[in-house]
Amino acid sequence: MHDWRYATPDASLGPASGVGQGPRSSGLLRWLLACAAVFVCSCSQQGVLDPQGPIASAQLLLLLNSTAIMLVVVIPVILATLGFAWWYRSSNARASRSTDEGYEGRTEFVLWSIPTLIVILLGGVIWISSHQLDPRAPISTNGNPLRVEVVALDWKWLFIYPDQGIAAVNQLVIPTTTPVSFRLTSATVMNSFFVPQLGSQIYTMGGMTTHLNLLADAPGEYPGFSAMFSGDGFSEMRFIAKAVPAGDFDSWVAKVRGSGSALDLPAYAELAKPSKAVPPKTYRSVEPKLFDRIVEQTVSGPRGPTSAAWSSPARQTGG
Amino acid sequence: MLGRLSWAAIPLDQPLPLYAMGAVGIVILVVLGIVTVKGWWPYLWREWITSVDHKRIGVMYVILGLVMLLRGYSDAIMMRTQQAIAVGDAQGYLPPDHYNQIFSAHGTIMIFFVAMPLVIGLMNFVVPLQLGVRDVAFPTLNSVSFWLTASGALLVNVSLVIGSFSRASWWGYPPLSELAFSPDEGVDYYLWPLQISGIGTLFTGINFVTTILKLRAPGMTYMRMPVFCWTALATSMLIVAVFPVLTATFVMLLLDRYLGMHFFTNDLGGNQMMYVNLFWAWGHPEVYILILPAFGVYSEVAATFSGKGLFSYRTMVWATLGICVLSMMVWLHHFFTMGAGADVNSVFGIMSSIIAVPTGAKVFNWLFTMFRGRIVFTTPVLFLIGFMITFVLGGLTGVLLAVPPVDFVLHNSAFLVAHFHHVIIGGVVFGALAGINYWFPKAFGFTLDDRWGKASFWCWLIGFYLAFTPLYVLGMMGMTRRLQHIPDPSWQPLLLVAELGAIVIFLAVLCQIMQLYVSIRNREVRRDLTGDPWNGRTLEWATSSPPPAYNFAVLPRVETIDAFWQMKRRGLPAVEPSYEPIEMPRNSPIGIVNAFFATITGFTLIWHIWWIVIIGLLAIAVGILVFGWSENREREISASEIARLERARLALGRAT
Repeated sequence: MHDWRYATPDASLGPASGVGQGPRSSGLLRWLLACAAVFVCSCSQQGVLDPQGPIASAQLLLLLNSTAIMLVVVIPVILATLGFAWWYRSSNARASRSTDEGYEGRTEFVLWSIPTLIVILLGGVIWISSHQLDPRAPISTNGNPLRVEVVALDWKWLFIYPDQGIAAVNQLVIPTTTPVSFRLTSATVMNSFFVPQLGSQIYTMGGMTTHLNLLADAPGEYPGFSAMFSGDGFSEMRFIAKAVPAGDFDSWVAKVRGSGSALDLPAYAELAKPSKAVPPKTYRSVEPKLFDRIVEQTVSGPRGPTSAAWSSPARQTGG
Repeated sequence: MLGRLSWAAIPLDQPLPLYAMGAVGIVILVVLGIVTVKGWWPYLWREWITSVDHKRIGVMYVILGLVMLLRGYSDAIMMRTQQAIAVGDAQGYLPPDHYNQIFSAHGTIMIFFVAMPLVIGLMNFVVPLQLGVRDVAFPTLNSVSFWLTASGALLVNVSLVIGSFSRASWWGYPPLSELAFSPDEGVDYYLWPLQISGIGTLFTGINFVTTILKLRAPGMTYMRMPVFCWTALATSMLIVAVFPVLTATFVMLLLDRYLGMHFFTNDLGGNQMMYVNLFWAWGHPEVYILILPAFGVYSEVAATFSGKGLFSYRTMVWATLGICVLSMMVWLHHFFTMGAGADVNSVFGIMSSIIAVPTGAKVFNWLFTMFRGRIVFTTPVLFLIGFMITFVLGGLTGVLLAVPPVDFVLHNSAFLVAHFHHVIIGGVVFGALAGINYWFPKAFGFTLDDRWGKASFWCWLIGFYLAFTPLYVLGMMGMTRRLQHIPDPSWQPLLLVAELGAIVIFLAVLCQIMQLYVSIRNREVRRDLTGDPWNGRTLEWATSSPPPAYNFAVLPRVETIDAFWQMKRRGLPAVEPSYEPIEMPRNSPIGIVNAFFATITGFTLIWHIWWIVIIGLLAIAVGILVFGWSENREREISASEIARLERARLALGRAT
């Protein structure tokens, strides 16, 4: 034990540890309150906060419930942090002190139990909700779902109604209270199809299809967009999802069938060229199996004719 | 002759980047001019640039991180300003082409060249001192690591002047990052610097795993190591495990881009989902690579400034190792929305929330370390308390995003942006700043000014909440990330609040610069001659400030955790030990020479100038061979020299 370090005097004294300051928690709280006030004033009910269908409603409820479960722990921890820091400040003569670590097995057990119990509870919530709200799962109601095929292009959305034989760009018209079953792909880079007020988003990827089921309860116009950055025109890659009563939907289909041009292969090749902020447009008819051919990449893509003499078999994501 | 490089690569038509670069260029020239006029080059070359001393390398890492923080911050304020004004009919001042480069550069720089250097810098400086040893296991490799990181940082910034940076975001998902959609040099300016610095980071990981496993002071068993060393070990193991994954992924993308292969293309059997999986197989552990050492800093700060031992050291260790393992099992939560089935999504969702258990236990342990302590409110303690509050809130939003159906509506939204800034600023940046304030006196021998430090803390905290709380709300209102143009005018008030927050954070940075300036000016008053300004508990405080090159004249003997605290309790015998000669590694220029040619090779790879690429690679190989065959790589410090240095030091200590 002849360590050179022991030769230094007064090392055990350390710094003068008397003058501490308060954590100024009141200042912080004031700021937080001020921020909260700004939000209450400026935050309007829209997006995820204003669900218009069963999926979105369930997701908002889940968001609020999970937050509440965690706040049960988070709020006491924050208060305890501020409280301990304030009470055990070095200048507080009334606080009882200890210099050893104060370890106790029982305390430790409780400390591990709290987050564990919360996570067990949340784990159950995650398992059940993931299965209930699986984007692939059909929405059970009476009546057949409306089928819509979605193609992400540079930088607009193409919606094909295979059963009606029509198509629309940057405009998604759906009947209310009827489940809508989407098949999605991309003719370009990865995008994500998202209408916040209706619920779940899903990626669209080239050479692959993904599936999504949504339902709108009430008529209205709900903003939709790409939620995956896809290049220069990304910010304007928006559309309106318009939910209309079933009768209005039929008359919209009839109107589209009677007007506009046809989406044949040359028209698709023209459409697939990169363009930004494209106004809504409809097509009275669609090339048969256009969606499948886009997935198989046997139509010309957005960047010149397809190079694929050989093309991979279409993949479905997931199981 | 010059590949794709031509005068067109200089953006003469875009005044903004040119003005910015002009200003930066002038600053660099002034600094270089001062260094030249004052004749500091020989000193810098001898004592810093070629140094293999872990303390010097650590300091250089931290300086690199702080300088790059300024670059990353200017990107951030440009983005915030664009989003605050480009609303409705207004298009703002940044066209998509430029805006997309800025957010891509912001993410890349903040993760790879700010957070990583800050964390690795602290590890470099602290770990050998805490272990009670004289250097890391491979000191010269350490210098190579640092200079490779600096080389990557330099190359990313070269893209400001010559050519353009990636527009494919910091994660570079294909097919957007493939040749078909990003034909110019931008993505290459992203890939090659990260390959170069990634090799450096891997070397660092190997170096620190070896150091911690093989080099410890006599008596320092694993369960006597300071918690910061445990977190450094966990981080280094993660680096060794996952950085090769990133390197391999980028190699595949480079093969696609340079040799026309089809790993990740849309056509010919490429699979973009594979890139996304591989990227996050690195990317999620990366988050923990950054946060674990920050947890270590908080543990040291909590124990030291509460004047008592860390509550349940054992739990901290196991929680650290638990997080280390779990962090590699959750990567899929970055893309729940890719269409995997409910079983897969819920398994990864549950795994992700399980990480909250060891993390929560850590928070409770910091809390109970403060309990019945004697808390001295220094700057690091403020950062600790700010962190604990911010981090549990960030953890809450993180667990929310781990619930797959909730993620389906919040994925890629401003909510997500707010969440990860919550944990990275509130966790990693606060931790790095706490660590800098805590260990600065050890590195330079004088303490940092507490008043400016506290001002900086309050600006950071308030600015952070102002900047990111609005983003949570905006995310729920349906605002997705990376928007160059804001479609909904009702979002503007919140975006203006966020802009204000970014400005307050700038004040925080100014306060830090003032803190440095004031402290350096008053350094004679602030001098710490004891080597132990905070009444510390671990071995780094057992040597002088700044420590001698050999750290410890006689290696300390360790018998408990908080070894130095025990030594102080037992009292200090006044007998001078008998000194023995110490062998230390010689300085070596191999690090900077290697990085010089790596930079040239990277630059010419980006521009397809193949003949220089070949020369650069040959030069690197020759450099390594020459170093490998060189002898006489150690120098010996004689016992009498050490005795002289130690007596001088002790006399100084007594004089106070």
